[in-house]
Amino acid sequence: MEEKKSASFIGLDQRKFTRKPNKKSVDYRHELFELEEQGELEVIRVPEPYVEVTTKFGRTKKIPLQGGWHHKSCGQCGHIPGYPTSIFWLHRQFNLDYFDPKDQTSCTAWNYYASSASNVPAQAAIAVRNFAQAKVDGYFPYIHCGTSYGHYKETREQLLHYPELRKQVRTIMDKLGLPFAFPEEIVHYSEWLHVMRHKIAERKVLDLSNITVTVHPACHYHKLVPEDVIYDDDYFNGQRTPVMTAIADVLGANVADYSTWHDCCGFGFRHILVSREFSRSFAATRKIERMKDEANPDLLLTQDTGCLTTLDKSQFAAKAHKCNVGLPVMSDVQFAALAMGAHPYKVCQLHWHGVDHKPLLEKMGIDADKAWAEFEESLGPIKSGQKQFLTWEDV
Amino acid sequence: MARSIYRDRKYKDVPYEVKLDLFNQVKQDIRWKDFMKGCFECGVCVGACPTARFCDFSPRVITQTMSREDVDTFYELMNDMIWDCSQCFSSTRCPRKNSPGGIVTIMREVAVKNGLESAKDALKTYSRIIYKVMSTGTQVAPDMLQPDFFPDWGPNVKVVAENLDVWRRAIPPDTLHTTELAWDVSDKTKFQLYMIFKLTGNLELIEQVDEGIYDILGETIEELMDEYGVEADEVENILEEN
Ligand code: SF4
Repeated sequence: MEEKKSASFIGLDQRKFTRKPNKKSVDYRHELFELEEQGELEVIRVPEPYVEVTTKFGRTKKIPLQGGWHHKSCGQCGHIPGYPTSIFWLHRQFNLDYFDPKDQTSCTAWNYYASSASNVPAQAAIAVRNFAQAKVDGYFPYIHCGTSYGHYKETREQLLHYPELRKQVRTIMDKLGLPFAFPEEIVHYSEWLHVMRHKIAERKVLDLSNITVTVHPACHYHKLVPEDVIYDDDYFNGQRTPVMTAIADVLGANVADYSTWHDCCGFGFRHILVSREFSRSFAATRKIERMKDEANPDLLLTQDTGCLTTLDKSQFAAKAHKCNVGLPVMSDVQFAALAMGAHPYKVCQLHWHGVDHKPLLEKMGIDADKAWAEFEESLGPIKSGQKQFLTWEDV
Repeated sequence: MARSIYRDRKYKDVPYEVKLDLFNQVKQDIRWKDFMKGCFECGVCVGACPTARFCDFSPRVITQTMSREDVDTFYELMNDMIWDCSQCFSSTRCPRKNSPGGIVTIMREVAVKNGLESAKDALKTYSRIIYKVMSTGTQVAPDMLQPDFFPDWGPNVKVVAENLDVWRRAIPPDTLHTTELAWDVSDKTKFQLYMIFKLTGNLELIEQVDEGIYDILGETIEELMDEYGVEADEVENILEEN
């Protein structure tokens, strides 16, 4: 198959990507439906309408367009609220139905990968409890966090292959009075964004042709149980996931390659909290500096809580070491929302990010000072006690 | 008998039987057969491992040690190297289909379960996070963004902390107006989460890491379970029943 050649893919024309289909690709859904037939669990079907995409080893995966039960991420909601807000804003722009539940816990996997202070049955039961609630609410789970996505794929593998684990989880669900439910597909919001990209591009209001982005895919998105991950022959001949790259491409931005694309961000789960010098050094020297030296991008796009936090927040201290840093970081969905005219502060909540993003906004054609003044003005009614909260109507 | 590959052998006085018991606990984990298939000792995992570039950490040493059943080296790794792993799972590139990162997860779990001092040490400043996630169901809370805790993250953290309450209330989705939790988790859901922790013995596991956190967590859990008419002490660990 001929490789995609595009002037907008800086540096990538020097790489050779040749797709090698994996003949041993196993479709886990057979096992899932079989267990359902045997009455072991209930499968939450992908609702229509959905878009079919190809995964790493050639399986067809269904990505629903609406009806999402938004399995939020604690890191995103807690420290990067522009992530979930942009996802919801885009749904609202396209009048797509969604549900933002309060009956949801985090997957607790950040803690698990940091401390291992849990066990397999607890982790599986937490996953199934969330899915059971989505089923009860009548929606299909969309996973916001890369780590939740990876962890739930692992959990699915364990539930399918360890009957004793299923028995333990069933006992727990019975005690909670909830069904043992599991979704037909584990879907990350980046995948939803990917299949929505052309519709989003049709409604873009900014010229992004002078913007160059680099991309950092989350390890737990594409390295943990990689069979579920979208790979597309049109991008890198199916040898790298196109999520984030494809949305940036159709929005008219340039995507630049860099040599440490496959490296993690340095987050390390426990490292970001208790071995901070590791996370900081790694993010600054292995990722940001490489990107700056090799591609000098305007923006780094990523798709996960830990990646965004580490890559953004680690740049401040690195400046003191004269590292070549100063690269704004945001999620693919925030970038897409901005391109469609979302407010950088009221919706995309960029004031929670560490690196100065104002020069980027100006280059994208957004008057950053004016937008900030509008945001500050919108806080007036909250500060005066006239309003307790801002709502979607206010933004 | 195998001898540790480390010359300084910090744990040479620990009885072999103790080390062997832990080694066997790792091998008895339900995931073991899927994570450890044998090792070519090819080093592909090391090439893919980002942590190996920054720390004295090697996924190959871990799989090699486990496949050679080198119990002495295993014990050294379990008390040291495993806590350097970033759990990014880059090492899943292994041609033998091992999961060195997964083996680390199991080793850490066994270290915690057995209350190893090195595990307590590794998690010393981390246990407040365990409290947060287990009591609220969300790990990262907006009010954690404090300049004292994140001085290296620059002035933005201070600005966020100063404006936290107003900025949170200015976020449009009504689930996100919280400052102590990442989003508004219903009490019913927290109760169900606590039930899971009790039913799987997860709460007791915390006692091994940090008794102080375990006590406060126990009280928080008991209080809410009480509201739902459930005596926390009477909820059996179903894993032990099985
Ligand atoms: S774990 Fe896998 S990649 Fe690493 S040395 Fe062994 S066979 Fe090679």
